[in-house]
This record gives sequence, structure tokens and C-alpha cells, in this order.
Amino acid sequence: MALLEINKEECIGCEACVDACPFGALSMVDGVAEVDEKCTACGACLDVCPVDALSLPERPEAEAEGLAAYQGVWVWVEQFQGETASISWEMVGQGRRLADQRGTTLTACVLGHGVEEIAKQAIAYGADRVFWVDAPSLAVYRTQPYARTLVDLVRQYKPEIFLLGASSRGRDLAGSVATELYTGLTADCTGLDIDPETKLLRQTRPAFGGNIMATIISPNYRPQMATVRHRVFELPDMDESRQGQIVAVDAVMTEDEVATKVLDFVMEQGQVNLADAKIIVSGGRGVGGPEGFGPVRELAEVLGGAVGASRAAVDAGWIPYAHQVGQTGRTVRPDLYIACGISGAVQHLAGMGTAKVIVAINKDPDAPIFSVANYGIVGDLFQIVPALTAQFRKRLGK
Amino acid sequence: MNIIVCIKQVPDTTEVKINPETGTLIREGVPSIINPFDTYAIEEGLLLKEKFGGKVTVVSMGPPQAMEALKEAVAMGADEAVLLSDRAFAGADTWATAYALSRAIRALGEFDVILCGKQAIDGDTGQVGPGIAGQLGISQLTYVFKIREIDPQAGKVVVERLLEEGREVVEAPLPALLTVVKDINQPRYPTFMGIRRATKMEIPVWAAADLPECDSGMCGLNGSPTQVVKVFAPPAREGKVEFIEADDMNEATGILADRLLAEKVI
Repeated sequence: MALLEINKEECIGCEACVDACPFGALSMVDGVAEVDEKCTACGACLDVCPVDALSLPERPEAEAEGLAAYQGVWVWVEQFQGETASISWEMVGQGRRLADQRGTTLTACVLGHGVEEIAKQAIAYGADRVFWVDAPSLAVYRTQPYARTLVDLVRQYKPEIFLLGASSRGRDLAGSVATELYTGLTADCTGLDIDPETKLLRQTRPAFGGNIMATIISPNYRPQMATVRHRVFELPDMDESRQGQIVAVDAVMTEDEVATKVLDFVMEQGQVNLADAKIIVSGGRGVGGPEGFGPVRELAEVLGGAVGASRAAVDAGWIPYAHQVGQTGRTVRPDLYIACGISGAVQHLAGMGTAKVIVAINKDPDAPIFSVANYGIVGDLFQIVPALTAQFRKRLGK
Repeated sequence: MNIIVCIKQVPDTTEVKINPETGTLIREGVPSIINPFDTYAIEEGLLLKEKFGGKVTVVSMGPPQAMEALKEAVAMGADEAVLLSDRAFAGADTWATAYALSRAIRALGEFDVILCGKQAIDGDTGQVGPGIAGQLGISQLTYVFKIREIDPQAGKVVVERLLEEGREVVEAPLPALLTVVKDINQPRYPTFMGIRRATKMEIPVWAAADLPECDSGMCGLNGSPTQVVKVFAPPAREGKVEFIEADDMNEATGILADRLLAEKVI
């Protein structure tokens, strides 16, 4: 079923493609390349073949005329109970850069109820225009009314690029909007730029738990949609003197027409918003039990950080799943990550390997966590972590 | 209650080892497993069936060997299974995957609930669930942490969703599509009887042409809006770990605290 075609006459058996395949789908059989079902048609092998023996089926060409009607960069500004998610402003900043590169305008979409202030802030952060949709039916995020509103706006105004945060709500919304519009959506991007030749949005993202990176384009469909990870792009400076246009837009649905109802919201105790956290102190198997998180929590508190955990600690029932960092938990990108008693399984490293500074505290000097750490202390975490907390208390005057 | 569970077969990345000499990943011989999040979706489906009766149908799209994943789901207790496997489906991105799965689900007939894992551990997109809901025009409830109540007669479901700030309690009409997170349950192991049943079961394989109202131009590589243009190894972390050693803990932690303050990350 693999789509890759191998011209067995041309193949010289050099094995370059075997090494290039990120999925281990190519092998040498009787001196020529053979592809198996693991092939995802990613094309990584095409460029390395010295004799052009590999090919993928041609895809239909774009209808350039229809695509040219799509112009401008859009960003969805996420808010919860009137508080803007910081990722939204990070994307306004990145959206501004892309709009400037493309020589076009930046539009922010602010949906909610009583969110005029946020619309003004979007201008101050860099938007040229804001679609401000204010209605009781939009007070709490729900997929249906939010998606319908954005789909209608896209159909009417035709943006070229549309960015949303890769938060729970952003991923929920983007998937729904892109499905309805039949357009390309790339999840969890960590890099976005405009190709200087084709002017297409190049979207780079990790896959396979960060084991490989892929650059993705959406050449024949508009808008080019992407969700963007937290804390990848800088928070832009606010400039209250910036001028822009706020366009009030009517909501598409009334409350009676919305099928889902939000009945309640249970705030988590303590700060578990790992995706936004600048500092995370995490505990693993080494903490030994629920009480073992005591010193981890104290250190997090003194540093104003959040508490994370490895899968081992969550699976043991020592701390709720909301704290789990890693492939089956949350992917985080803090400035500082302190791993206490975490050995560093591949699935954990996939979730925190891009932190700016990593500190590992572990009694095993050969633990894999040290291979990604900037600083390490080998020893008993129950001595080291409280001592470190005391040192920070002294230095930070807490 | 008619329950549909969508699953994906993925490489077991926890089994991926790093070649210490070259620093590259060793992918050979990595076993395939059911995407871990999907095992929670299967379990939730089985729990609903135990409570309300009805049947659990598992659906997957993939190469012929994805049959193993479906057999495992049957061994856990699923009643029926369908594999979508066809050259026309190959190279599908999330849009084209959701399209094909939604057409297959339509062909299966009436259903009350569709369950999916919150994302697959290889692609990590979490987009196929919302894609299926969108294609079928039903409510989507993502990141479900708990089903509080579900009433097929009254046609409604109340769930708790795990979001960044806490848990949201939402009510939606049925049929609905739910994507589940890990905390929702503890998946069971296949039973001996289940394995015997799975071994004997003839699981149907559907091609694009077998699906009613399925435009093969919207499947696979041809139907996929996105294209991968480059795949590369992630940049390696620079530098090596600096082990902080000192005569006692106070001195070592003092040095570390000063280093971190100097790094301006606090």
C-alpha cells in the first residue's frame, strides 16, 4: 500500500534512502531498495537518492486564481473568564512578523462577552484590525458557536494564514474550523516562516514525541491554518499608542441554538497550568510516594513555579494526571525545568526536552535525564531539594 | 447503546532506543501497539456497554497489519471491528483520515457515541477526533476526563473535560464524539476467551469503493490539504551537563542557585 515508487532498474543499492527514512520503512533486499507499510509518503528519501530512483505520485496543481483572493494573517485571541491566554499575544507577535514579511495586514479575532478591552489590547500588541464578536452565547468557550463564527468570517473575508494557540481550546476549535472549511491544519507548530520563493507558510513541528521534525505546507488550500505551541514565540511589547480598526461583528448563533451547555467549572487546586509555566519543578519515581512531593512543592512555591510529575509518579497514584509531563501528558517549554528523582524515559524527555535550562537531581549518575540537563547534582533528593529551597529563600528574600 | 471506537496502530516509541555511537534513533524492530490513548477509549466503550447493553465496534484505518490492533481490541471485549485499508487511503493527513473514518462510521449505521483517544503518540495532532465530529455534524467533547452521566433515552451526555485551568462540566446531545484522556479509566487486559474469539474472527476490510458517498479524491494523499516537504532530526541540545560537586549539600545547592540566577531564568 506504500505510495513510494522505486525504480529497481535505476537503484544502485547505495542505502542512502535507508538511513534517511525517519520511519524505518526502507530496507535493502537483494541489493535494491524495498519499501514496506511503515512508509508515510513523507518524501525524506527523495532528495538523498543520487540516481532519482524514488518517486511519489504527482498531486494536482493549485488553482492560482482562487488562492490569490486570500490575503492577510489572522490570529484567534483566546480568553477564559475575561483573562487572555498569554499564547494569544505570543501569536499576535508572530502573526505581526509574518504579516510584515508577506506585506499584508494582521487581524485578531476576539470572541467572548464583555471583551472590548481585549479587542483594544490586541491592537496595542500589534493587530491592524480586530473582529470583535461580543455575545452572551460566546461568554464561555464552546466549539459550535465559536467555530461557526470563525468559519463565517473566513468565508467572508478570506485570510491567507490563520493561527490559533495549541491549547486545549485552540486545538479543539482549529480542528473543527479546518474540517468545515476543508483546508490544511498543522498541529503544535514550533516554527513558522514564509518561504521566500513560493510565499507559502512553512510550518515546522515535532512528531514521534519530538524524535523527528517535519516541515509542512498547504499549497492548494486556504487559509493555511496552524496551531502553535506555548512559549515558542516571544511575547511582544504592548504599545498603547498603536492605531487599528475594531470591527464589531454579530454572533452567528443565539444561546438557544447552541447544543452544548457548560454546567460548571472546577478550578484545580494549586497552579497546574503547566503549558504557561515559566518554571516547573517535577517529581518522579524517586520521590517515593505522595508525601515525597512535599519538598518538590515547596521548591516550586518559592520559585513561583508549577509542579510537574513523571508518568511513573502519576501511574503510581501519587499525584493527579493534570501534573503529568511527557508524551502521554503535557508538553512543556519552561525557562527552567527542575527534575527531581526522574530517570528520564524517552517519553518524559519528549515532553520537556526543549526547556531553556534543565536541572536534574538524581542519585544515579548514569540516569538518562543527565544527558539533556544543563546542571546536575547527584545525590538524595530529600537532602538536595530542601537545601536548594533554603538557598533560594535566602537569595530571593522569601 | 451503539458505541464506536476509533483506534490507530502506532510504533511503541517507549521501545525506541538511541544508538549511543551515532546518536540516531534505532527504529528497527520497534513493535506496533494500539495508540495508548485509544486503549482508554476502548475501555470506556466497554464500560458503557456493560452498563447499557448494545455493542462496541472498533474502526481503524491503516495498512493491513493494523488488523492486529483491531484483534487486540476484540480480545479486550469489542464486539465488531472494521479495517479501512486501501491504496486510496495511503498518505492521508488528518483531514483525509477524518473524512474516510466518518464515511465508514456512516456506513455502520446508527450510533449513540463515538470514542477516540485525545491524540496519537506518533502524530500528536489531536485533530482527527474533531475532524470526524465535524464531518458527521455532531457535537465534539475533547479531553474528556470523566463521563458523569449518559442517558441514551433522553439523548444526552454530561462529561468533565480536562482543560489548562481545571475541569469543565459540559452537557451535550447524543450522538456525540468524545476524545478521552488517560485518567478516565484503567484499560483491561485481553482475556483468554477474548483472544480465542479474536483469532477466529473474520474482520472485514473496506476499501474506498466500499464506502457509500465516499469521494476517493478526498481520501489519502490526493484529498490531503497538507504536504510534508521536509523531515529532519531535531537539533541536538548544546553542551554537556555540568555536575555540581561540593563538600556538602549546602555548598552545592548554593552554587546551583547562583548559576540559575545568573542564567536569568528565575
